[in-house]
Amino acid sequence: MKITLNGEPHALDGPTPVARLIAELKLKPNRVAVEINQTVVPKAEYEHTIINEGDLVEVVNFVGGG
Amino acid sequence: MQDDKLELGGRVFRSRLIVGTGKYRDFDETRRAVEASGAEIVTVAVRRVNITDRSRENLLDYLDPQRLLILPNTAGCYSAEEAIRTARLARETGVSDFVKLEVIGDQQTLFPDIPATIEAARVLVKEGFKVMPYITDDPVTCLRLAELGCVAVMPLAAPIGSGLGIRNPYNLRIILEQMQRLQVPVVVDAGVGTASDAAQAMELGCDAVLMNTAIAGAREPIAMAHAMRMAVEAGRLAYLAGRIERKLYATASSPLSGLIE
Repeated sequence: MKITLNGEPHALDGPTPVARLIAELKLKPNRVAVEINQTVVPKAEYEHTIINEGDLVEVVNFVGGG
Repeated sequence: MQDDKLELGGRVFRSRLIVGTGKYRDFDETRRAVEASGAEIVTVAVRRVNITDRSRENLLDYLDPQRLLILPNTAGCYSAEEAIRTARLARETGVSDFVKLEVIGDQQTLFPDIPATIEAARVLVKEGFKVMPYITDDPVTCLRLAELGCVAVMPLAAPIGSGLGIRNPYNLRIILEQMQRLQVPVVVDAGVGTASDAAQAMELGCDAVLMNTAIAGAREPIAMAHAMRMAVEAGRLAYLAGRIERKLYATASSPLSGLIE
């Protein structure tokens, strides 16, 4: 299954909960925020929100800025 | 004067210096500069996680959220939609409801897109964000943003990163008078070059100063952070103390009587 992750093609085994993607990417859930098809996914819903074929997924964190 | 505090969106701060975290050599220098500045509010940017290189450390490992208010910005956004999306993502990271709203209108000057900033502010205030908009030093625009419910207005002193200092102190004075009536704090954001610029902003009566490049770009960032801390404190104290009137001619400081003959 193909998705677009942060603007790049990314392969997943199949429909995947956000929580699993975060874990697979070895990211700390409290350090990132996730958007699917331009809608923010609340942290409490990471387990239940499924990423599907063709989804546009953005995973962001904080960097230095003014 | 000792219990002079800055109130912002329901929170109370002792420091009136807000610092950015961009352009430092590394996170350790960022941490040391923040510490030397005495700032209790630091801005950060929201960017894509580097998927291919996840070994990199996280900025938040170097900033204590217990002691510091993390103020995410929407820097790099050129439309209200992008800024709104970025703010929502930032809030979901869980640091705070505060957002430094920045909608850029022009790449060369980095001046804000005023209609888009107002539009984004309206949406974000409705969604419960504590919005601190970066904006031109235009009194009417600041009025509109304050009326919308922004927790502060942040007029620029000069273009971002320019170090030109306060280019229009008269506009700033008008903004300050109007915002004092509405009890909305004024934060000078962007354009400060050195300590005297920060002191000038505070002497004019600004509630706080926000800067990044002036510290991070200095030859010795940690020393400049310290200088800015003192400048903001000195400027604030001078404002509270009430400066003397400017006069064209001299008035002697020493007694005129009792001179030897």
